[in-house]
Amino acid sequence: MHELAVTQSILDISLRHAKEAGAKQITGINLVIGEFASIVDDSVQFYWDLLADDTIAQGAQLHFERIRGEMTCTHCKRSFHPKDTDFACPNCESQFVQITKGDEFRVDSIDVE
Amino acid sequence: MTTRVPVVEKILSANDRMAEENRARIESAGVFSINLMASPGAGKTSLIERTLPCLKDKLHVAVIDGDIATSIDADRASKAGAQAAIQINTGGDCHLDAIMLRSALEQLDLTKIDLLIVENVGNLVCPASFNLGTQRSILVASIPEGDDKPYKYPGMYRGVQVLVVNKMDLLPYVPFNMDYFRKGVEVLNPGVVTFPLSCKTGEGMQAWTDWLVDQVKSKR
Repeated sequence: MHELAVTQSILDISLRHAKEAGAKQITGINLVIGEFASIVDDSVQFYWDLLADDTIAQGAQLHFERIRGEMTCTHCKRSFHPKDTDFACPNCESQFVQITKGDEFRVDSIDVE
Repeated sequence: MTTRVPVVEKILSANDRMAEENRARIESAGVFSINLMASPGAGKTSLIERTLPCLKDKLHVAVIDGDIATSIDADRASKAGAQAAIQINTGGDCHLDAIMLRSALEQLDLTKIDLLIVENVGNLVCPASFNLGTQRSILVASIPEGDDKPYKYPGMYRGVQVLVVNKMDLLPYVPFNMDYFRKGVEVLNPGVVTFPLSCKTGEGMQAWTDWLVDQVKSKR
């Protein structure tokens, strides 16, 4: 999708927090990305190498923690991982389900020196 | 020595903050605004063209059009009777964001407008991630796209408050299982307000424009 805009946001957030912490160098960025938030890891790392050049985040390693999508049935309250286009509850076959995990899209922490 | 600094910040939080500013600006002017999203060719511009004449003596409408290039859509909106039509060319970007909307808002006199229609870039992926600050996000789906779109683009189908299903007149001619489509919509967005219509025949337009008028009245 829009990896350039996303990467710029990650860099802005990381630099701001590093500055507040009085860090000299950012060595790692820990991201938490849900299954339903479409983003291509390699593209982000590619843009990162360009955008972070000449900043204290140059050379930082991006770590992606992926959160598997999860739905919860509103009838039987059972949670399950949806398969492809099959969103029905595998336990009671109800169509009334809610997405409970997989929307995560955040910078969780940064590693600094 | 390496230390870990907790951040816990949404990646697109800067856009979200700007969207809140846009929303405050639109709300304080008493304007009702919508963000129209759809795949290319679903009929966003046709819907605007069909809608404007129906609202002619009722509302003052402005249109902000987002496209990668050209002013074709803003020109069509102007011709159809928009009070003001502003084109945003994203220069390759696949979506509008809150900052682009802010600069377009600066070119509008919101005190002279009742309804603001923002037409996003044709795309079922990226626009869903960027809040603009409009009061309602609306997806224009269309019959020839196929009945599997809710399953393939869940982010878009989940993020809207209103669903327009355009080109209903083509239903007898293309393979489209309405039950399968509705099932996908219902899981992702239970009870979403839906307007099946046809910009070509005009079928269903009345309910859609009545809804718009009611929403505008509630903002005054």
